[in-house]
Amino acid sequence: MSEPRRMAPSSPGTREEASARPGSNGRRSAAQESEEARMQEVPAEDRREDPDPVAAGEAPSDARTAPPAPPVPEVRDRAPDAAADASTLETQAKILVRGLDFWYGDRQVLFGNDLEVAERRVTAIIGPSGCGKSTHIRVYNRMFELYRDQRASGTVLLDGENLLDPEMDLIDLRRRVGMIFQRPTPFPMSVFDNVAYGLRLHYRISRSQLEERVESALRDAALWDEVKDQLDEPGTALSGGQQQRLCIARAIAVEPEVLLMDEPTSAVDPVATAKLEELIDTLKDQYTIVIVTHNMQQAARISDFTAFFYKGYVVEFGPTERIFTNPSEKQTEDYITGRFG
Amino acid sequence: MMDTTYDTMETTGRSTPPFPLRSRARRRAFDTMVRIASTAAALFALVFLFWILAVVAKRGAAALDWTFFTSLPSPPGGEGGGLANAILGTAAMTVMAALIGVPLGLFTGIYQSEFGRGTRFGSFVRFTINVMLGIPSILSGLFVYTLMVVTMGHFSGLAGGVSLAILIFPYVARTTEDMLGLVPDAMRESSLALGAPRWKTTLGVVFRAARSGLATGILLSVARVSGETAPLLFTALNSPYWPKDFAEPTANLTVTIFNYAMSPYSDWQRLAWGASLLITLLVLVVTVFTRWRVGEVET
Repeated sequence: MSEPRRMAPSSPGTREEASARPGSNGRRSAAQESEEARMQEVPAEDRREDPDPVAAGEAPSDARTAPPAPPVPEVRDRAPDAAADASTLETQAKILVRGLDFWYGDRQVLFGNDLEVAERRVTAIIGPSGCGKSTHIRVYNRMFELYRDQRASGTVLLDGENLLDPEMDLIDLRRRVGMIFQRPTPFPMSVFDNVAYGLRLHYRISRSQLEERVESALRDAALWDEVKDQLDEPGTALSGGQQQRLCIARAIAVEPEVLLMDEPTSAVDPVATAKLEELIDTLKDQYTIVIVTHNMQQAARISDFTAFFYKGYVVEFGPTERIFTNPSEKQTEDYITGRFG
Repeated sequence: MMDTTYDTMETTGRSTPPFPLRSRARRRAFDTMVRIASTAAALFALVFLFWILAVVAKRGAAALDWTFFTSLPSPPGGEGGGLANAILGTAAMTVMAALIGVPLGLFTGIYQSEFGRGTRFGSFVRFTINVMLGIPSILSGLFVYTLMVVTMGHFSGLAGGVSLAILIFPYVARTTEDMLGLVPDAMRESSLALGAPRWKTTLGVVFRAARSGLATGILLSVARVSGETAPLLFTALNSPYWPKDFAEPTANLTVTIFNYAMSPYSDWQRLAWGASLLITLLVLVVTVFTRWRVGEVET
């Protein structure tokens, strides 16, 4: 990865260019430090009091829960402060989740999720199957709205703006929040067109600019050297691991701010997994990454923060190192030591 | 060495069954019976298929000469003649039917698969399409007869095309829904997740992913409809002349087969066999071609 991370800072996405410039590093890292400190504190205050959120779910709901009072975890008791919290945190957390509830029809699957996603860090979401990990991140780009019976309520601030607001422009939101899926989904077109798809969607762009951006996206996705001679071949002709990196290239080509990854390595072999993990590590210099994973070692290896989900609740959230060495919740400890899940 | 192995196998080997065993001989006999019965049924069907093909090929081949494709039919009892007008008429009406029926069917299928999924109207449309698939083709002819032929006062190629379009439509709608339904949701989500609008996702990604299946379905439905007789009997009727415009009765192969095969003139009967072979070959070629194409795309 010795190549320049971006080709000429062409028209769109100059914001990222600016903040990624080395000159601004000093300021940024200071901000990040305080952010990290904050990230360590908030969950501590918010969650440690209650060892069993599921039991706490019986607590009376607050005014902000419009739908039929589902079990609400203890963090919601702090609801009056949530607004204040939001205003102080919005400058630090890229995504700030407060009181997120989610329903499949009449069945509630997420209960008052609170989470802070740090900018240009990797946040891992772990937990047993069916605990709502994927559902949670599918709120961040409102992908769930594709399905009629799915519904979310609560506050999810992206740079301080509630992305659940119906006024939020979906197309713009999804340009800013990209997503990688469990199975690689190369489109039925050439490798080049796959990566160019999003660029053509959002930008008026000349052929040469397009070529430049496609190349830089493929380089950033650590795929360029492998596919530079087969750009015209169908994306489906690549290997599984290459396909997944192609999907990453396609997602980062439009320069999103956040990358959501829903078990991105579960369908590829160990060697490809290692490559993807390495890639995620380099990508976090530029992107805020939220990754859902079944693989706890993976979470421990690649993430800066880890959230442990259980039965729709955020049981524990904090710096990965602490979660894995000194979890404060019994359930977290049981899960990471393999006692259940 | 061998002995010890054998010994261990014996000691760890089969245990006494907890219940009396069923008769194996009877099970095996029954298995054989079912296999023979199903193979025989398959062979029986194949025999008839090849029998039909053989008869049509033998009788039809005699009629397929140069004049068959180039001249008009001879007058009753006359010698020679061909079915050039009917070939042209069938081709023209099939194309017209495809131009009307295929786009309507495609969009209906898109609606069902992409927009109407899980809605009441969507399931109502699906139900209606299934009913339409089951409607006898002669009803399509009668419907267009009352709608167009009676009001316009004469049979016409236009009416023929419309009645064929009514038959193509549900086939294409159904195939489209089925084929688009095979495209995994992850594909749609990936496109939407990049910020693509719904129409772009549908046409740019989902449609492309399903294109070989769609092409196959459309070709097959058009081929199938080109062999329909009943809907044309009440609409396009037939004609011994060149098709001039679609406002007149239009010559076509299937009604010609119907008329000529029943006629007492041996030359007309010969032409009817020729027309039968031509239609059979057309359907065969389209089917084989699509099979081959689909096979090619899938590998």
